[in-house]
Amino acid sequence: MTRIKIDPVTRIEGHLRIEAEVSGGKVTEAWAAGTMFRGIETILEGRDAREAWIWAQRICGVCTTVHAIASVRAVEDAVGATPPPNAELIRQLIAGSQLVHDHVIHFYHLHALDWVDIVDALKASPASTASLAQSISDWPLSSTSYFATVQTRIKTLADSGQLSLFASGYWGHPAYRLTPEQNLLMVAHYLEALEWQRDVIRIHAVFGGKNPHPQTFLVGGMASPVDPNSPQAINPESIDFLQQLIATMDTFIAQVYLPDALLLASAYAEWTRIGGATRNFLTYGGYGKGPVSDTATYLFPRGIVRDRDLSRVDAMDQDKITEQVARSWYTYTAGDSVALRPPDGETNPAYTGPSTPYEWLETDQKYSWLKAPRYGGEVMEVGPLARLVVAYASGVSEVKSGVDRTLLKLGLEMPALYSVIGRIVARALESQIVVDRLAGWLDALQQNMYSGDLRIADTTKWDRSSWPKSALGFGPHEVPRGSLGHWVEISDGAIKHYQAVMPTTWNASPRDAQGQPGPYEQALVGTPVADTTRPLELLRTVHSFDPCLACAVHVLDAERAGERRRVTVAPRR
Amino acid sequence: MFVGQTLPERLEERGVTRRAFMSFCGVMAATLALPASYRTAIAEALMNVRRPVLIWREFQDCAGNSESILRSPHPDVAQLVLETLAWNYHELIMAGAGEQAEAMSTQAVRDLKGEYIAVIEGAIPTGEGFCTIGGRSALDLVREVAGNAKATLAVGACAWDGGLVALGPTGGQGVQDVVPGASVVNLGGCPHNPANTVAVLVHYLTFGEMPALDQYNRPLFAYGDLIHDQCERRAYFDAGLFVEEWGDEGHRNGYCLYKMGCKGPSATFNCPNVRWNDGTSWPVEAGHNCIACASHEFWTNASPFYEALPNVEGFGADVSAQTVGLAVLGGVAALTAAHAVGKGVQGAAARRSLAAANRAPAAAPADTADPKQKETTGDENQD
Repeated sequence: MTRIKIDPVTRIEGHLRIEAEVSGGKVTEAWAAGTMFRGIETILEGRDAREAWIWAQRICGVCTTVHAIASVRAVEDAVGATPPPNAELIRQLIAGSQLVHDHVIHFYHLHALDWVDIVDALKASPASTASLAQSISDWPLSSTSYFATVQTRIKTLADSGQLSLFASGYWGHPAYRLTPEQNLLMVAHYLEALEWQRDVIRIHAVFGGKNPHPQTFLVGGMASPVDPNSPQAINPESIDFLQQLIATMDTFIAQVYLPDALLLASAYAEWTRIGGATRNFLTYGGYGKGPVSDTATYLFPRGIVRDRDLSRVDAMDQDKITEQVARSWYTYTAGDSVALRPPDGETNPAYTGPSTPYEWLETDQKYSWLKAPRYGGEVMEVGPLARLVVAYASGVSEVKSGVDRTLLKLGLEMPALYSVIGRIVARALESQIVVDRLAGWLDALQQNMYSGDLRIADTTKWDRSSWPKSALGFGPHEVPRGSLGHWVEISDGAIKHYQAVMPTTWNASPRDAQGQPGPYEQALVGTPVADTTRPLELLRTVHSFDPCLACAVHVLDAERAGERRRVTVAPRR
Repeated sequence: MFVGQTLPERLEERGVTRRAFMSFCGVMAATLALPASYRTAIAEALMNVRRPVLIWREFQDCAGNSESILRSPHPDVAQLVLETLAWNYHELIMAGAGEQAEAMSTQAVRDLKGEYIAVIEGAIPTGEGFCTIGGRSALDLVREVAGNAKATLAVGACAWDGGLVALGPTGGQGVQDVVPGASVVNLGGCPHNPANTVAVLVHYLTFGEMPALDQYNRPLFAYGDLIHDQCERRAYFDAGLFVEEWGDEGHRNGYCLYKMGCKGPSATFNCPNVRWNDGTSWPVEAGHNCIACASHEFWTNASPFYEALPNVEGFGADVSAQTVGLAVLGGVAALTAAHAVGKGVQGAAARRSLAAANRAPAAAPADTADPKQKETTGDENQD
């Protein structure tokens, strides 16, 4: 039995630590710990609820926009503001392009180097790489001279003796299985994706002035005016520009990302049997045709699949969502073994971990800054795989046909998706499904514009005196990493209480009061480890969830008025 | 510190022409507010430098500043990473993890003491356990990395003054507050604008020193001018034409956003000129009011974001922008003071602001600064 750790887990957002027991070349037990806390509890209290989204957006700069959308939805739900169709369409365009953009960055820049040996790419034949590229895709950047140029670029870097970001990789590790040509192909696309992500995200700049952290959301709508006759608004010229960006996005997904994801799935087939986590999947659903309340039109349905049973989908009842802190560095007023619903949630940080510098966490006690979300006490996986599973079980035709076609192509059956590779494939399929919707949403916006509907905000609820004296709201959003929910309580126009439960909190959660490990911790068990000093395989399993730790650690909970909460710091010495 | 081939050699090998390279140098000269003739000086300097080592460390952050540098158009991030710098540590995107990753940072500190460039993102907590990496505290790490660097760039609001993290229970602080001896350049903004950060790096590579800084150690080329002065909607302000309601005719026609709460008259930044995402737009152009995200302790000073700044009405084109800025600031402070009642954390932020104002050398002619306001607000518009 060997105890190993990875800290920091890199190529993620935020600060994550993994500790694991390894025996017989496999992980037998694992612990996931969020090691950073910002805790911005008190600052929302008393603030104008209309600006909650500006603060909430800063929960994460990788998942930029997602907290802004969940936040305005929560406040709108509370005060009864109804965004007009144009605002809903602009939100869909921002959210959809963010999801696709984020998945591509995850695949190439955060995950690929777990599978791709960049140094081995130097051995590739550019001509054979060109043949390989042309055999799997019509993507035009596939000539021998192109791959020779990419190879020279990497060789120059290697010859300099300064490999920059690539200096610390596990190159030559026996778990790398791609041919030199496959490696060179993926390295070329890694570099192309860097350029692509910078280019296509200008969709957000058009609507919101900048990315990260676009600045255009409003309680009741959006601040991007629409007017076919004004150069200062979304007009035919900007629609044309957006169409070009969407086309660029679409082509790259179809011709580069999807073929590359399938290439990895074929080359690493054994990873379809590794990394399955809990057997339960949860989604809030989203990407419908109208307001968020119109769940019937959702592209990804709301629901729960239990025990991988695709014959039934249970309804999702937000009242069954709770968070526990039995193994997290927080205390609850009523005792640390209770489970609290988000509207009653508390965030009282109380660090009891080892004093720094430390070698090991005390994993038999409290060991993470993440709380443990549970649904009716059960562990749930959220994210692209959960969305795919729930949509498949619900019979959504484009999801069903996409999944069946892909499984057939890979020679796999449905259970293969409950794995590390399954999450990679789910993410790529979902990107294709969402990118296909972007042009339609933009068309609808254009139609409204030409038909004279220029409304972008429900201004009847802008004046806070129109709000109920006190109100509760729930803002759900399906975001790249899974189901995100914001809960707000408003009193006299100001925020009284705010809680958010994040996708990565679900997936990276520590154990709960019953001792149930979270999804990462479950998925890691059984992951092979060829070399305990270079645990590349652990990174594969963890990265397949696309961790986002800044989101996961509670950052933005306003306290209830009158309940003073203080930080207590009591490290054991 | 500098290794390998020169930049043009590396660029030439991947087919970047001298003409394209010179064009990049021209963009840099413009961003740095240098005369166009400096293009040649920048080119000559870049032609001869070897890749300096850069260590990018994240602490209490949202990675928004990391994502922002990924959107850098000139040069793009691949060129930064592969050709311009030896980008040896960056949690968000580096290949290695765990001990192998940490070794890249500790090696730079040990072998290149006083030679490498540090970039810090996020606030730094002083309490135990709030931010640890590899079992070490953020405070320990930032003192080691920033304390031994040739220069440190604090990118984004959190690394500069603690940002919104400073307002929470961990009281996270900016780099200059926890590593007092470090040579820090602050690049405020939420996030920082990569065009400015790259320009600072280019200036450093060209002239061997950082560009001229203001009293907050921010580069003057980026933070020297009022947003209100550079705003394309300024003529509407002067003409008294305002957006009155979201989506109204004035909003659709690009009228001034002052009444919707725009903080452009109280903030300095080159946002309207450099813009974002390869010059695509900036928030005011897109239709939303400025939230002054590049100004000092903006979360405290600029919220409530949808309340109009008081005391701006009545100023027309004949009144200098400097005066407008000064007059406005008293109002922001008053609003802030009203909001901060009973808030200990914000009281602490205000005290730090005062301390910062006091230690700042007078960067502007004394006759334009109102000492009374400097004491109460500590904002940047006294310069």
